[in-house]
Amino acid sequence: MSYENRYSDELGQDPVLKKKTARRKKQELYQKTAFLLIKLSAAAAILTLIIIIGDIVLKGYPAVTIEFLTRMPVNQMTEGGILPCVIGTVELILLSLLTAVPLGVIAAVYMTEYAADGKIKCAVEEAVNTLAGTPSVIFGLFGMALFIKYIGLPQSLLTASLTMGLLIMPVIIRTTQEALLAVPKEYREASRALGATKWETIRCVILPAAYSGLITGIIISVGRAAGETAPILFTGAVYYYPKLPDSVFSPFMALSYHLYVLATESMNIELTRSLQYGTALVLLAIVFSMNLIAAGVRRHYKKKLSSN
Amino acid sequence: MNATESKNAFSYEDTLSFENAIGFENKYLYEQDPAFSPEMNRKKAIEVKDLNLWYGGNQALKKIYLDIPKNKIFSLIGPSGCGKSTFLRTMNRMNDMISNCRIEGKVCVDGENIYGKGIDVTGLRKRVGMVFQKANPFPMSIYENIAYGPKIHGVSKKEIPGIVEESLRCAALWDEVKDRLKEPALSLSGGQQQRLCIARTLAVKPEVILFDEPCSALDPISTGKIEELMAELKKDYTIVIVTHNMHQAARISDCAAFFLSGELIETGKTAQIFENPQDKRTEGYITGRFG
Ligand SMILES: Nc1ncnc2c1ncn2[C@@H]1O[C@H](COP(=O)(O)OP(=O)(O)OP(=O)(O)O)[C@@H](O)[C@H]1O
Ligand SMILES: [Mg+2]
Repeated sequence: MSYENRYSDELGQDPVLKKKTARRKKQELYQKTAFLLIKLSAAAAILTLIIIIGDIVLKGYPAVTIEFLTRMPVNQMTEGGILPCVIGTVELILLSLLTAVPLGVIAAVYMTEYAADGKIKCAVEEAVNTLAGTPSVIFGLFGMALFIKYIGLPQSLLTASLTMGLLIMPVIIRTTQEALLAVPKEYREASRALGATKWETIRCVILPAAYSGLITGIIISVGRAAGETAPILFTGAVYYYPKLPDSVFSPFMALSYHLYVLATESMNIELTRSLQYGTALVLLAIVFSMNLIAAGVRRHYKKKLSSN
Repeated sequence: MNATESKNAFSYEDTLSFENAIGFENKYLYEQDPAFSPEMNRKKAIEVKDLNLWYGGNQALKKIYLDIPKNKIFSLIGPSGCGKSTFLRTMNRMNDMISNCRIEGKVCVDGENIYGKGIDVTGLRKRVGMVFQKANPFPMSIYENIAYGPKIHGVSKKEIPGIVEESLRCAALWDEVKDRLKEPALSLSGGQQQRLCIARTLAVKPEVILFDEPCSALDPISTGKIEELMAELKKDYTIVIVTHNMHQAARISDCAAFFLSGELIETGKTAQIFENPQDKRTEGYITGRFG
């Protein structure tokens, strides 16, 4: 018997080792099952997504023609295009980002970099978290009460954008705060040790290093601004306004609300089925392309900043 | 020049302040050593007098008196947690950023107490630069990393490219990076990153550079490069370095100070400290390290 054989033979017979191998096998089985479960749930999530998107794309694709994109809705919205809704939605997204991003970033910088730790800061942070989870219809009612009833603005693109801005601001604040906190403290020290003031450090080092996190916040916000209907329902979006919005003070049509109207309140729901799918597809495409742009910007920054 | 001569050459007050500064127990060390004559005393870059520092209720530095001579490499040694980094950071007031930190006493840079009233802390940090244990280049390009300091100190745009090149040359990095200045600094190797941080510090033209264990994350070759660099830099700068590597301290520094639980135990010429320590605790630490 060779040495190796003898060795493996002994291995097989040693009771302690045998017990160890049994435990090892049990652990392996356990691990395999866990992995399987994880894989299954991931697959379920992705599959659902594929089904939804696939359904919308397949059924909406035939409806989306150049005409559909460039014409006004006609004949009580059972025919024609969705041009004013597309423009309205894009303007709404951009305007609400324009209000929420600067304010949200400033608030986040103040809270992470300047505010002293304590009860007040804690309370404000909790408030922001709560706001981020508040149902959108409440924002809609609040926007109406504040901007229309109290301040006296008209039902308009501006009012709707401000309301939508309020809705996405907590998201911007949260993500920016997290991005700021993730900036290593070494950068702060290095900058301060060179004689930079706190503000110079934030402006030139910390904020640029946090861009990528900030853009993630913007991506989430774009989706919400495009999709939420309740906040604009009471504040500016209208059922039918077959004119392109000429100023921020005029009412407007939005894809999300248009879709809701087509699907629930139109004269003949069956007749507009393909229009509904078309509208949903366009909405999806707008959100997707805006996210693509944001992700491109994020990649550009990441490339510029780090090694890979 | 021997001790008696030098005493005669200077006023009584001079001698007295010198004795105060070094602490009486270390006095004889200096008297035997011409490098620490009162004449030397005049060329000090930093003077620390009766420095006490607390983190909350915990005293991390106790009654420190220490002079750091100009254009020398001064090493701070001692076991972990004895307060070396804390002491180093008092010299450019980096401890100001720690909320529960309280400081008493004097630290004079070029004769001016940096804890006095009306001190411009950003100006001080420009004069007393710092290089950290972990290389910490900003997530920007190599060029922007160096240009950052001069920019915030209002150097005109035209001068910046010159400063960048000069600083990189001084830090012995120019040849390695001159063709890739626009690349991200984080794409450099660890040793190159540390030299970049040194170059970044040089770019604001300090008088003193503080190094906090600058080589502890580097391989021997990069360490060698940085040590060479320091030897070169001491012609123009005063260097204070914290190191855990006894060989390194012995190799590169001109003077050394041994700290133990917040106290300065012994200070003097490096050779003196390593070959003939006067305090049992210093000896114990050094011999313990050498085995
Ligand atoms: N920010 C802080 N808050 C409270 N205590 C601190 C702080 N920084 C350091 N200390 C304490 O002060 C003492 C000295 O710390 P310091 O970092 O100066 O030691 P060190 O000599 O540099 O050690 P090492 O060699 O491990 O770097 C330690 O007891 C440490 O716990
Ligand atoms: Mg330390």
